[in-house]
Amino acid sequence: MAETVGFWLMALVLVGGSLGVVLSPNLFHAAVLYLPAALVATGALFWLLDSPFLFGVQLLLYAGGVVTIVVFAIMLTERLVGESIRQSSRYVFNGAVLALAVFVGVSGFVIQRAVPAAPAAVGGEQMQALGRALLGPFALALELLAVLLVVALLGALYFARAED
Amino acid sequence: MPLTAYLILAALVFAIGLFGVLTRRNAVGILLGIELMLNAVNINLVAFARFRADIGGLVFTMLTIAITVAEVAVGLAIVIAIFRVRRTIEADHLDLLRG
Repeated sequence: MAETVGFWLMALVLVGGSLGVVLSPNLFHAAVLYLPAALVATGALFWLLDSPFLFGVQLLLYAGGVVTIVVFAIMLTERLVGESIRQSSRYVFNGAVLALAVFVGVSGFVIQRAVPAAPAAVGGEQMQALGRALLGPFALALELLAVLLVVALLGALYFARAED
Repeated sequence: MPLTAYLILAALVFAIGLFGVLTRRNAVGILLGIELMLNAVNINLVAFARFRADIGGLVFTMLTIAITVAEVAVGLAIVIAIFRVRRTIEADHLDLLRG
């Protein structure tokens, strides 16, 4: 029962926040208000799905890190030139039609397929299992991720360096 | 809640993010739409991990979250670099590569 209420509540916040991100005329509101709302609601959904660890990761990396970076980018690109921070959209009708088509297509596919109705049993040692998986069968992916992070760091430094 | 509810919710968020990517003029707004789409994918992965009792979904979610953060950092660095040169980040004005 609590899970059902939590799901609908979080679904409401998530969809509302997402709509705010794509429709808000003020980009700053989208970045500091609606995007964190949507991301935290997603994290709460992770919690409802018995993954509290991912809830923490989501809060730290998304709601903490990504939002901060986006706010920095907005301040650096909008405020310094004194332009208004308002923004407009284009092709609203075409975009809405395409997005609706994607949603209907995916939903129709999901509804038609038979999915496991009951949740499978969950082990209580999720973090241990996660750690073992990361260092066992997924060790190569983890190492590649480390390489990617170094490359991203160097790339961001290269693009953001001071002019010669 | 059944798995279908989570999948449909994720599809809805994905569609909203796609709408944002298609309609936003500001490059930062487009990146926010991409964030929403990747977020929807993460919901799918965690839901499948939960309902199939497979730890792989959680591992993939962690990998996608890390990759997304790296993508945002590089993407916004590119946006700032473009802004330095062109003094605008309106996607409509960035058409140097148009044939």
